[in-house]
Amino acid sequence: MPGVEELPSSDLTAPLQEVALKLELRGITKRFGALVANDQINLTVEPGEIHALVGENGAGKSTLMNVLYGLYQPDEGEILVDDKPVHFTSPSDAIAAGIGMVHQHFMLVPVFTVAENVMLGAERTRGGIAGILDRRRARREVAEVSERYNLPVDPDAVIEDLPVGIQQRVEIVKALTRDVDLLILDEPTAVLTPQETEELLAVMRGLKESGKSIVFITHKLGEVKAIADRITVIRRGKTVGTADPATSREELATLMVGRSVKLTVEKGPATPREPVLQIEGLVVDDDRRVRAVDGIDLTVRAGEVLGIAGVQGNGQTELIKAIMGLQPVLAGSISVAGERIDGWSTKKVLGAGVGYVPEDRSADGVVKEFSVAENLILDLYDRPPFASGPALNRDAIAGSAKERVEQFDIRTSSPGAAVGTLSGGNQQKVIVAREMSRPLKVFIAAQPTRGVDVGSIEFIHSRIIHERDVGTAVLVVSSELDEVVGLADRIAVMYRGRIIAIVDPDTPRDQLGLLMAGIVPDEIAARGDRGAYAGTAASDANEDKS
Amino acid sequence: MTNPVPPTQRTPDNEPAAAVRTAIAPDQDGPEQPPSLGKLFLANLWAANSATVTVLALVLSMLIGAVLIVLSSPDVLATFSYFTSRPGDALSASWEVISDAYLNLFRGAIFDGEAFAAWQAGEGSWQRVLAPISETLTYSTPLVFTGLSVALAFRGGLFNIGAQGQAIIGVICAALAGFLLPLPPVLHVVVAVLAGALGGALWGFIPGILKARAGAHEVINTIMLNYVATYFLAWIILQNGVKSPDRADAISKPVDASAQLPRLFGDDLRVHFGIIVAVLATAAVAWLLERSTLGFEMRAVGANPSAARTAGISVGKTYVLLMVVAGALAGLGGTNMVLGSTASALTPLVIAQIGFNGILVALLGRVKPWGVLAAALLFGALTAGGNRMQSYTGISLELVSVLQALIVIFIAAPALVKALFGLRAARAGRAQTKLAKGW
Repeated sequence: MPGVEELPSSDLTAPLQEVALKLELRGITKRFGALVANDQINLTVEPGEIHALVGENGAGKSTLMNVLYGLYQPDEGEILVDDKPVHFTSPSDAIAAGIGMVHQHFMLVPVFTVAENVMLGAERTRGGIAGILDRRRARREVAEVSERYNLPVDPDAVIEDLPVGIQQRVEIVKALTRDVDLLILDEPTAVLTPQETEELLAVMRGLKESGKSIVFITHKLGEVKAIADRITVIRRGKTVGTADPATSREELATLMVGRSVKLTVEKGPATPREPVLQIEGLVVDDDRRVRAVDGIDLTVRAGEVLGIAGVQGNGQTELIKAIMGLQPVLAGSISVAGERIDGWSTKKVLGAGVGYVPEDRSADGVVKEFSVAENLILDLYDRPPFASGPALNRDAIAGSAKERVEQFDIRTSSPGAAVGTLSGGNQQKVIVAREMSRPLKVFIAAQPTRGVDVGSIEFIHSRIIHERDVGTAVLVVSSELDEVVGLADRIAVMYRGRIIAIVDPDTPRDQLGLLMAGIVPDEIAARGDRGAYAGTAASDANEDKS
Repeated sequence: MTNPVPPTQRTPDNEPAAAVRTAIAPDQDGPEQPPSLGKLFLANLWAANSATVTVLALVLSMLIGAVLIVLSSPDVLATFSYFTSRPGDALSASWEVISDAYLNLFRGAIFDGEAFAAWQAGEGSWQRVLAPISETLTYSTPLVFTGLSVALAFRGGLFNIGAQGQAIIGVICAALAGFLLPLPPVLHVVVAVLAGALGGALWGFIPGILKARAGAHEVINTIMLNYVATYFLAWIILQNGVKSPDRADAISKPVDASAQLPRLFGDDLRVHFGIIVAVLATAAVAWLLERSTLGFEMRAVGANPSAARTAGISVGKTYVLLMVVAGALAGLGGTNMVLGSTASALTPLVIAQIGFNGILVALLGRVKPWGVLAAALLFGALTAGGNRMQSYTGISLELVSVLQALIVIFIAAPALVKALFGLRAARAGRAQTKLAKGW
């Protein structure tokens, strides 16, 4: 049949409005040893609804979704699809029943094309026994699905060349080609820029209009309110409530944490004083010797928080590492309180009064096998009172650990417990406690609350503001725009190794979002406070205000 | 697919300690007495390995060893040819040869009842009673050092496969200092021992600095340096001034008596001062790792080099120091082979396999200093007993090497041991498997 292409067996020609799937979870209980990860959880997803599942880290959201997706078997309870009980022993069962999942960490092969990734796991072959991969058909399927649901992707693009947002779209396309009616999105916005998030939300709305149901897992309350039809809150493995999007953020946060929390950072006006951290013309390469920081001038004053906003991978990491002496400085200078520190060893930089919370907590921040007490002295172990000569002073270490565990509200069974057994938030508090337990001139925090629960975020933010108020120059790097806006007195937006603007924290979000995408809005460009001398100009402006 | 972490998870260190508490519970009179020194030692000994697994590994290797003993004796095998008509013959012959072998192993390593009876009767000397222990300690001494060398490096995140080469350079330096330097008695032995340690330290420094500066992997470099050291030893023995003028074969001059490590209980017992140094070295390494700032750096670098670097610890410097100290320890192990009582001159095989056995000892001792000491004692006992077994029963000493290897294999595969004995795989076992995978 030349020219006439056989349509795939999946029902792609069906009308747009499909009969969506109704999902019901009844009394799901999942135990791991003595830990009850899910305790009698009930969840109903109506056809064509966007159902948000919110809860803190470790609340049991992912466990529940893994039960639903056939990765775990529930100890109790049942799953009903369209009112019929089903039993999933593997993800393929779930897919067959019409349930698809987009994982937080993409399950894509970076060197394969979009079409190849989409057919992976459900490869169609032609040529009978020869088993030749039917790439053409895969490409066609991708094209059809992306057109139908308005998810433009190039079937022949190689995954590793695509931005994160598009990769995610490929994951969604992949799920849709499996003809699923309910899509689970596990923390889909964690890796996206504000613009990409907007696009994703639009895609979700489109899918909903085509009759798909969506379970949307997140802990970002703003997005939940923007898109969800209903919200289920999980705390410590239990369903604590179902809310509608009209519920205020504060109420939702209270449901999540179990007590009332302040979502906005409480702080008074800053009183910036003399410049402490001064960076001029800084040039740094990354580990692959690609230029990462391309001529940065930056000044942080005593008593102010300078926030660096930007999508990850725009040189923030290397900028901070260069300050800390962890990445060689190729050109330019860094000084702390008038003293040049570029070229110094990390130990010397720390000794000069720089506190540092690294962005990758488990890789750079803590030694998981070490006890809480040992981690609390990781960069102080060779100074009195913790060391006397070549020996460690165990009493001083234990005493100080006990004190700081209390002071920083570190939830641990004992200071002798390995840090690896603590939750992410408490590990982060260990790092913050360590870095704040010596006199500081500069405090640098990279992603200070990444993967940290709401309660700990509040605590860490208040400590950072406290540090500012005692006159430390604070530099905060975060890919979380809310965090930068909440903490910072001035915001420097970094894009491709440069500071493209320094703005006030009350700059509208959409403008910040554009800046993060490398576009300088006219309003900001007109003000002229961007580029090399923006640092001083904006901080002067700040001073005038306060 | 995240792996759920059970909330009751304890640190791996707690686990064996808990096992110890149950293991030694019957001895305890009061409920919460502070542990005595002996119990602390026991705790450390057991903590070096989950007690059950160690005992079971020993039992299993002895069982396999028993099969090998039967297979290797033609007389016993002959009785199996008429097994169906007279099974009693085969079984009793097997039992005889196996029990004879293991009894002699025990007598040669720990306690010889006959020698004790003779001494009681006034016919034998007390030295003969202590001889098995003396032999065990003598064979253990170098293994303590090489085991500590490997264990220390491992705790700092390095695989020191080069203890053998470091021990060889150590033995060469110690021997040269022992017969080339004319020094007064006490000073001579001190200088010779230090020379051995320095030689080993130098041989450890090379892979250390290569790792720190060039990122060269220490496994490759230490293995290669083992060859260099082995052939350097073979070469230097034949040089003028080193080679013994009285002998035709490859052997050096003997070490001066003034450079020999003194024997502890007279000339009849071979145990020498080295074992005391070995215990001191164990204590020193334990202190270094747990109580010193340097050890803190080493452990931090070993567990998470990137966090250590971020905390201002110089990872490169720590690697170099680790390898220098590990090399010095291995060098001391080599030193014992020529200044102790096993030999007094260099030969191409003077240090036997102490470096490689050190790796086994470190693994068996779960890379903890006191565990290494205990493991070295076990290996020393097997060698000492194996000597007697060979001379009394004709069963080859190589059986002992097979036993040692089997023990380590079972220790490294606790899941296997537990499956064989139908035990539930405990977390401690999994932790050990993880450790074993590291090798």
